[in-house]
Parts: sequence; C-alpha cells; structure tokens
Amino acid sequence: MGRKLLTEHINVPGIDTFEVYRKHGGYRSVEKALKTMTPDEVVEEVKKSGLRGRGGAGFPTGMKWSFLAKPEGVPRHLVCNADESEPGTFKDRHLMSKLPHLLIEGMITSSYALGANTSYIYIRGELLYVLRILEKAIAEAYANGFLGKNILGSGYDLDLHVHPGGGAYICGEETALLESLEGKRGNPRNKPPFPAVQGLYARPTVVNNVESIAAVVPIVNDGGEEYAKLGVGKSTGTKLISACGHLNKPGIYEIELGVPVEEFIYSDEYCGGIWKGRDLKAVVAGGSSVPILPKELILKTAAGENRLMTYESLSDGGFVTGTMLGSGGFIAMDETTCIVRNTWSFSRFYHHESCGQCSPCREGTGWLEKVLHRLEHGHGHMHDIDLLVSVAKQIEGNTICPLGEAAAWPVAAAVRHFRHEFEWHVTNPAEATRPGAYYSSKAAVAV
Amino acid sequence: MESTTAPVKPQFSPAAQAEIARLFTHYPAERRKSALLPLLHIAQAEFGGWVSPEVQDLVAETIGILPIEVYEVSSFYTMFNLKPVGKHVLEICRTGPCMLRGSDELTAQLERITGAKVGGTSPDGLFTLKEVECLAACGTAPIVQVREKYYEQLDTPEAVDAMLNELRNLVHRPLLPWEETGLAHSQQ
Repeated sequence: MGRKLLTEHINVPGIDTFEVYRKHGGYRSVEKALKTMTPDEVVEEVKKSGLRGRGGAGFPTGMKWSFLAKPEGVPRHLVCNADESEPGTFKDRHLMSKLPHLLIEGMITSSYALGANTSYIYIRGELLYVLRILEKAIAEAYANGFLGKNILGSGYDLDLHVHPGGGAYICGEETALLESLEGKRGNPRNKPPFPAVQGLYARPTVVNNVESIAAVVPIVNDGGEEYAKLGVGKSTGTKLISACGHLNKPGIYEIELGVPVEEFIYSDEYCGGIWKGRDLKAVVAGGSSVPILPKELILKTAAGENRLMTYESLSDGGFVTGTMLGSGGFIAMDETTCIVRNTWSFSRFYHHESCGQCSPCREGTGWLEKVLHRLEHGHGHMHDIDLLVSVAKQIEGNTICPLGEAAAWPVAAAVRHFRHEFEWHVTNPAEATRPGAYYSSKAAVAV
Repeated sequence: MESTTAPVKPQFSPAAQAEIARLFTHYPAERRKSALLPLLHIAQAEFGGWVSPEVQDLVAETIGILPIEVYEVSSFYTMFNLKPVGKHVLEICRTGPCMLRGSDELTAQLERITGAKVGGTSPDGLFTLKEVECLAACGTAPIVQVREKYYEQLDTPEAVDAMLNELRNLVHRPLLPWEETGLAHSQQ
C-alpha cells in the first residue's frame, strides 16, 4: 500500500468542514510558511520536491514559479486551473468536493510563496455544485483568520475567489483560461509573453492545476526532500489517477509514482481487472489526448520491460511505442471495444471544442471527425486511413495552443497501432456497422 | 413568445442583485467584465433556463459593457442556452469514457421515454435533451447533468427512471444557483 499524501483523510466524516480538517492537521503548511519561512524558501522546497504539473504537461512546478516576473508595484496573481475537462480525468472534481480545504490551504501557501494578494480558482462551469462547496469552505477560512487581512498576524493579506467557466474545454489551456477569467471568449493567447510576465489583467500570473497546488501542502509540511523520496527518478511523489472505462473498480486512486501498470489494472488494491471477465484491448493512459496503446505495449515497453506509472516509463519508446502520463486519466478498453468508433468519439470532441481561431485546428479537427465518421459508418475508403494520418500531421505544431496536438495524437496513434481495424471497416462495412460490432484479432469478425 | 407586444424589460430579483454586488467585489473595479460568466449563470437560472437577447442586454447593462461583448461570449460557451428550453435540461455526456459505458444506449432510452429528440424538448415541455462533452465524472459513467446536479451510473432502466421521477416531482421552479437544492449533488 503506497503512501497517501493528499487523500489520506478523504473519507473522514466532516472533513469538508474547517473544524474537522484542522483537527486532522489541516492548515499546518500555512502556519509553517507564514511564520517560519520566507516566500523564496517555500519556492525552494517546491523546487526540491521535483513536483511536476499535475494538469497534464508535467512541467516542473517550482521552475514555473521561479519564472514569475516581479516588477515593483505591479500586483501578481495565482490562478488555480480547476477547469478539469480532459476526457477520462475526474480527479480534481473529486478532490475539491471532498477536500475543499486542502485546495484552499494549498492556495494560501502557494500565493504567499508567489507574493500574490488576490488569487482565483477558475472552476469549470459544469461544477457549480463544487463551486458552492469551495465558497462555503473559503468563508470558513476567512472566519478563522486564514484568509483576509494580516493572516495569522504575519502581515500577509490574501483574498481568494472562485470563478465559474461556461463550458469550454479550451479554457483548460492557461491563456484561454485567463481570457475567460477576464470575461471573454476562451481564445488562447499567442506566447510570448507568457503568463508569468503578462497574465491576468496583463499582470504576472502563475496558473497551476488543482492537484499541483494541493501537493504543495505536504511538500511544505514535510519538506521537498521528503516528498522527492517517493516515486521513481524524476517522477516524484504521488499522483491521482482517474481510472475509468471497462474496469471492475473505476475511481480515483492516489498512487505513489512507479506502480507497475499491470499491478494498477489487475490488483484488487487498484482497479481489480477488466470487467465481465473480458480481456484488455487497449489503454489511453493520460487523458484522451495521449496516444492509445494496445495491451502488449501498455503492460510492457517495446524492450520488454515492465511499464510503470511514471512520466518516463509511460513515454518510453516515444510516440512509436509509448504514450504519456498526462493528466492521469486512465481509460481502459476491453476486447469488445471498437477502436474506430472510440477514435471518432474523441475526434468529435476535439472538433466541438476547437476555439476556431487557428485554421489548421478549426478545419483539421472537422476533417478528422468527418473521415472517422464515414469509416465508422461504413462509407470509408482505404485511402481515408492515410488521409487521417496526413491531416493529423498538418495540424500538429501549426496552432497557437496544444489543442491541435491533442486532437492529432489520438488519431495518429489509433491508426499506428490498430490499422487493421480501420481496414476491416473499409473491407467489411456491413459487419462493421452492425450495432455492437467490433473487430477482434482472434476472429476476423465478432459481434 | 407568441405575444407581438414589446417584451417587458427583464429585471434581476433582489436576491440576484445582492449576489451580483458580491461578485463585483471579486474583481478590480476597472475589470468588472470579469463577472460576465458568473452573471450569465445567474441570468440563465433567473429567467427560465435560457438567456434571451433581452436578458443578455440586461447583463451588459448591469456590468456596463456593450451588448456585443455579451453575445460573443454567450455563443462561445456551451452551457448557455440561447433558445427557450423545457423545465429540465438533461445534459447527456457523449464523450469516449461515457460511450464505453453505454451513453449511446442512455441517449436512445431518454429519447424513447421523454419523446424528445436530442436538441429538442419533450411534448409536455418537461425535458430538453442536450448532448454535451466530457463532464469529468468518467468513473461513474454514463452520466447526465441537470442544472447543478450530476446523475451518475445511469446504466440501468431503474436508475434512469429514478432520475426522471425525481425531476418530474420537482414541482417548484428551477432553483437559483445560490440556493440549497436539498438534493445530493453527486454520488461520488
């Protein structure tokens, strides 16, 4: 059983209240930071911890913090990215609704480290009920002197507000999020300037994922070096994995980075195997935008080594035989899954969510969806398969924000590893379009 | 909407006005436009589950921005309904993880039971069906969101019936965002 740094007390009754949370050691990191540490010392601990952004990009959090510009007399902001929208990912919703004070505590400690006096939690609009939970917890934190003026007599002031989005995946991209927070359409900004220099209201801003900010709490409490002792190599600490799809026990698991993928899928401590006694066909390991891998390659690397739940092990082999840890949205698909249909569903998602300002993404995601739709519905041609690869390649790297890549990668990977399924849809349209039909390598056709 | 007389200019209720005043304190005075999305949520809840052009004009006037600044935002974000809707808007997640656990079947079932097609409203005016993308509840798929509540694990006819019955029995008006619904929000 791995150590739990974030979710140890998640099932304690009343842990969403200030009183119970405090009784279980809550807000210690605020006391420690404000009373005994300088802001730079807090940043230093986060650097030492090796914490990498938990929203998906995996960029070192401490380094991101150190980029923050600090011009004299200009307010700075910390904005929490709680716009969790990556298909397959639902950890932040869980964390915020069960442990609202953990995020608030992390926001206070992190805001202190960055010298921010007004911070925001940007939460996706669909989660208005979680916004109410957070607002209630924030009111408790104010009432107990952990927010507001002169927190704990330290002279440090902080106001914290929750801000709802309106339903747009693109607002998970940090500059789109800032546009949205300013009351505009969520069109990502050209970079540079990066938010660290010109972010919210053109002021220096750090945007961090919910889980990253929550992780600052144990890092400050126990020290960055202690945190870095957990995990493997450059994948330090624990990670929340959102497990879904065809698993016996879907849900949120806080794992110590380094758990073998096979153990994560099959052991009773985690997902308990594939449902209905079926075989595993494929896994999307880090949210819908990372490359899909067939069973053989998700369990073992191309070199035959056990694949581990770490940033490095999952990306071993690059995009030829590897994938990414991403946001930790772990989608398992059993042997009856139609890969073409699933890929079409993801492409429809990215087409729907493209903000439309870059033509390669606006037009390209539309083409991907359209071509996949006709393949899935029995009207495809053999050359459509290469057309998908070609369109994906033309989107990649040609857009302002990474939504283009997010749309291109899953399609390219599906064709790379499951070309035979796409071909089967072309050669056997009648079978392929029968409801519930799927391709199995064991029998050419199965329903 | 049958009336041909000029519509009465909508007004926010006192409760909504108080909430709006509180929201304005969250942003710098010269950046009040930041309150646009929160205000659109309030407006949609106050005025029957959708934001008419008149309601959007009211939002613009309340913030002190041009109406076009509201229109371009309300049309960008999927949560704002720009046409009248039924009493309950059922937002059915259709993305991959929900599809793997039966969202296609769920949609078909809801269309059959309510008599509404996706994008439309049931003849009795009770239910509008809307397909949406990932709602971040993939571990309890398939799911439907109705206002501020998530209905999860809707993979049995019983679970679907329970949801629809609960909604049918909600006789009062749709709740405003800041009011306690008294219903459990989520199974997680």
